[in-house]
Amino acid sequence: MDQRFGLDRSITLPGDFPLAGGGVLPELTIAYETYGRLNANGTNAILICHALTLDQYVASAHPRTGKPGWWTRLVGPGKPVDPADWFVICANVLGGCMGSTGPTSLDPRDGQAFAMRFPVITISDMVAAQARLLDHLGVDTLAAVIGGSMGGMQALTWAVKHPARVKKVVAIATAARHSAQNIAFHEVGRQAIMADPMWLGGQYAPDAPPAAGLAVARMAAHITYLSEEGLTEKFGRRLQNRDSVSFGFDADFQVESYLRHQGLSFVERFDANSYLYITRAMDYFDLAEPHGGNLARAFAGVQSRFCLVSFTSDWLYPTAESRRIVRALNAAGAPVSFVELESPFGHDAFLLDAPEMNRVINGFLTA
Amino acid sequence: MTPLPLRPDLAAVAAAVPDGARVLDIGCGDGQLLAWLRDTKGVEGRGIELDAEDVASAVGRGLAVVQGDADTDLADYPDAAFDVVILSNALQAMQRPAAVLAQLVRIGRHAIVSFPNFGHWRVRLSLTLGGRMPVTRSLPVSWHETPNIHFCTISDFEALAAEMGLTVERRVGLAKGRQVAIWPNLTADTGVFVLRR
Repeated sequence: MDQRFGLDRSITLPGDFPLAGGGVLPELTIAYETYGRLNANGTNAILICHALTLDQYVASAHPRTGKPGWWTRLVGPGKPVDPADWFVICANVLGGCMGSTGPTSLDPRDGQAFAMRFPVITISDMVAAQARLLDHLGVDTLAAVIGGSMGGMQALTWAVKHPARVKKVVAIATAARHSAQNIAFHEVGRQAIMADPMWLGGQYAPDAPPAAGLAVARMAAHITYLSEEGLTEKFGRRLQNRDSVSFGFDADFQVESYLRHQGLSFVERFDANSYLYITRAMDYFDLAEPHGGNLARAFAGVQSRFCLVSFTSDWLYPTAESRRIVRALNAAGAPVSFVELESPFGHDAFLLDAPEMNRVINGFLTA
Repeated sequence: MTPLPLRPDLAAVAAAVPDGARVLDIGCGDGQLLAWLRDTKGVEGRGIELDAEDVASAVGRGLAVVQGDADTDLADYPDAAFDVVILSNALQAMQRPAAVLAQLVRIGRHAIVSFPNFGHWRVRLSLTLGGRMPVTRSLPVSWHETPNIHFCTISDFEALAAEMGLTVERRVGLAKGRQVAIWPNLTADTGVFVLRR
């Protein structure tokens, strides 16, 4: 059995890893999983790119929470990305906290955690790290790269940075840039973390994290992943385990209780400094920026086929952002499919049961 | 897999598409025509369709189809991006048919346009004798429910093409799917035109 393949893998690639922002990492560790087998001519590899707070456990149980893989609705037996047909790769992003090099990693030069000495990274640095992983795995060309949200940003970046290595791109509920509103929400989260006295300028001990700040960051962000319609339907003004309001500041409302739970459980599985770095990478993301704001020019050299999906109630990365990408791809002459799917569940719709999305992706992959 | 036979009006459109052409089908529905053209003529096809479910079906057939509105989205395509741009049975549903027509011949070196002929004798009869808006095989929906807001006759279309300075490369009148021999504006239920700038 080739030790490079399977669940819960990790590889440390020695040597400098230069970053878009000018920094250099002395070495690069990537934690990843693979599912299925790479075929003899290496034509069946699919890279799944994860969103901000997710990880490499796309289709296997999470080691900390025990929950099933985060995209088992798409990846698994009988699903559009079936490991019986495809060789599936999912890696923890650069800057993450599930084993890939990030602010919690130890700097090999002094044995201390990087913390805030970690250089600021970008989406294209994440993609560069994934490209190194593919080299290590012996994967030259990807049959497809698939991602939602920040994963979609990576998927688009793949097509731009490595045009010859990507046949198909599936970018779901995503954007080619972070909007002022996207940046604004992230800034609220970062300030919540940095305002927590436990943050200590990033030098907190692993067992004493700025939990309150990180929880608030998660609560604010979580609202952006849902929709008003979805929240109203799920919670309305219903009260939590009581018949009347308490005239105090307990979690009277179900929605408050839900958000507090989301915040607290997030702290169990995510690192505060990682959250700072990854949100920053997303804020810096703008594919058109190196081309004078002309997105079509950013896509000028792409060789992939594209499939974009948006959801009606997603106000974090609304349909207009997907349409902007579609327009630019059309102008660049790239083959693109796009569909806006009906859903009341907001941005998170792509992670939920979405049979139409599966149908579109399945058709796109098998064609 | 043998492709299914096409609807007669689509077959007339398909007949005008050269092998291996780059084709944009506007209002492509579930992609029946594009899939047929790909499988039998080796065309490189793209589509635009308003209905999300139809887009999903078309993408499921392996086609590159974008959910969008021909009235607004055609401006995004570069000049002469396609050999052939098809608008089959959709001109009459456009908000601004003349503007769409202008986009067709800009984006494509050739445009193929098919539309229900409002000059067909059944239509005339329905209006003249019945005094009612026609409900026929090619126009099956009542006036208040139809998405068709800009009807024209074959003669009207020819006049518009002339006014816009377009060259009509070919014109075919169809009745029940068969090419008519005489008086197409009276005898054809469908007009199929091949145009260029």
